[in-house]
Amino acid sequence: MTTITSLAVSAPAPRARKARAASRDPESVGRRSLWNLLFVAPFMLVFAGLVLLPVALGAWLSFQDYDMLSGYHGAVGWKNYIELWNDRIFIRSVGNTLWFVCLTTPAFVAIGLFLALALNNSWRSSAVFRSVFFGSSILSVTIVTLIWRLVYMQDRGLIANLLAPLGIPAPAFITSEALALPGIAIVTVWWIIGLPMMLFLAALQQIPRELYEAAALDNASRWRTLIWVTLPAIKRTVILVAVLEVVMQFQLFGQAHLITGGGPNNASRPIVMFIYEAGFRDWALGYAAAASQVLFVLMMAAALLQMWLGRTKAQG
Amino acid sequence: MAGISLQRVSKRFGQVEAVSDLSLEIGSGEFAVFLGPSGCGKTTLLRMIAGLEDVSDGEIRIGGERVDHLAPGQRGVAMVFQHYALYPHMSVHDNMAFGLKNIGVARDEIARKVAAAVKMLEIEPLLQRKPTQLSGGQKQRVAIGRAIVKEPKAFLFDEPLSNLDAALRSRTRIELARLHQQVKSTMVFVTHDQVEAMTLATRIIVMNKGKIEQVGTPMDVYRRPATKFVATFVGTPAMNVLAGVLSEVGSMAMVTLKDGSPIRTSIKAAGLGGVREVEIGIRAEHVGSKGSIPATVEVVERLGDRSLVYGRLGDGTVVTFEEAGDIGLAIGDPVLLSFSPEHVHIFDAHGRAHQTA
Repeated sequence: MTTITSLAVSAPAPRARKARAASRDPESVGRRSLWNLLFVAPFMLVFAGLVLLPVALGAWLSFQDYDMLSGYHGAVGWKNYIELWNDRIFIRSVGNTLWFVCLTTPAFVAIGLFLALALNNSWRSSAVFRSVFFGSSILSVTIVTLIWRLVYMQDRGLIANLLAPLGIPAPAFITSEALALPGIAIVTVWWIIGLPMMLFLAALQQIPRELYEAAALDNASRWRTLIWVTLPAIKRTVILVAVLEVVMQFQLFGQAHLITGGGPNNASRPIVMFIYEAGFRDWALGYAAAASQVLFVLMMAAALLQMWLGRTKAQG
Repeated sequence: MAGISLQRVSKRFGQVEAVSDLSLEIGSGEFAVFLGPSGCGKTTLLRMIAGLEDVSDGEIRIGGERVDHLAPGQRGVAMVFQHYALYPHMSVHDNMAFGLKNIGVARDEIARKVAAAVKMLEIEPLLQRKPTQLSGGQKQRVAIGRAIVKEPKAFLFDEPLSNLDAALRSRTRIELARLHQQVKSTMVFVTHDQVEAMTLATRIIVMNKGKIEQVGTPMDVYRRPATKFVATFVGTPAMNVLAGVLSEVGSMAMVTLKDGSPIRTSIKAAGLGGVREVEIGIRAEHVGSKGSIPATVEVVERLGDRSLVYGRLGDGTVVTFEEAGDIGLAIGDPVLLSFSPEHVHIFDAHGRAHQTA
């Protein structure tokens, strides 16, 4: 009797059985995905409110004459973009930003990979160095620029002190037009080299040890092993690091703002600084929004180009 | 083609001694199989020959030349790995050619060698494929091809069949035996699978706990195991081992089992050094079911051509015996077992085996 009772209790109710059958019905897939939407709704709401809406508003704003001081003067079509095209400071800031990206991205890939290769072992010293190289990433831009202003000081900075015994004058990283951006690039690489290094380390540790052993038995030199075994195995990470860094370095602002203030003679003024000044110093929001759109397009084009190149090489 | 000589080779990982003071001569053209359970040191030994592990002590010579200080690529050996270790981004052709390119072999020479190897292994249609586009068996062939093109002094195989399914494993085993006939090169093969060892080897090196237990031809190892470990590790089903007390009948040893059954042997008692507590070993095919030792049938395994019967003696010991074809025995049936005296092995307290002379 007991068994029968417990069976009766544990048997699923007819409605529940029907619901389970319905959930296996392919036609109910659409309905189920609507339910599933509920689970992603919180993220979608935040994403829409904090990303999609501002992007759309920014795009709309770039076609408006909107000045925080004199007010809204209606749509102006491509006027803001035409003015940007003719603005020598903006064009220079685009050039500066591109040059900065060209300086830093290969450095992040090359130095990050070099550090990862050097520290990809189980030695205790390597664990210490991994922490040291990653450690600078946690500093704020203010601290980093403060340190490097001291390093770069022409008369009594660290570099000046190191070069003085050799009779070589310290490079003018802050005051020279040619050296301002490379100086900021050095600061930036020192600051956040930890992330690419860690990404490369993670990728290197995924390569099976047997591949290196096969290469050793195949008489491959260290260089040929790097070129023919290691690099192809971490190609996706190389692309990832390059794309991440391009996107991040196009947004250069803090370091330039705090080390050189965009100078000398606009030589280190990046696009974001131009946008900041147009929007929050000159209060020309429409103009600043147009410059933001240009930056957005440049970043997207660069990232897409890299991904396309990566894919083409992979297929080749 | 060259012989391999290991002289007092040891390998320590910290406090753990994986290979202990081991000496071995592998003749030129021989197919030597290191057989043993996981952790017995067989793979470590192979990797030391390949140069993938340093030796802690001792010397390794290949073709008379001392190689234990040389880099893996300079030892003139080729290795086939357990997980193939094919370069994933290279085509089959490039995988096979990579080693030759590294030592500057001319392009037409590489083409000739690769063509000969792919023809031998029948993998011509796969040349332009990447390893991800190959099945397990095809990958294994490519890995073997990569070894062949180098024309090495010796081939080293690290459990190369363990990732294949049963049917493919058996086919590849035959192909490896054929390959050995064709290239006539020295081959060293590591496995924990005794069937692979028995079918491929010209000599089996049975290893346990970093030491060699026995070196011999497959049938020698099977018929005349040197130790209790070898006796129980080689052969399916495992050899029956029963404890007993030694006595002497005439000049021959006799062992009385715990249930009181006397087991006659044709082993001379004089060679046993007067020990009393011993174990006897006997293979299932040498146990008959028309004798005098009472047992009860517990399990019958019918394998088609033969049947394996697991019988329990009065003292609780299980004895496996083999009968040809199907038999009429059922679970619970009483049987009277007999042990063929000339096939009984006696293991002394140190596990050393003694057999009929």
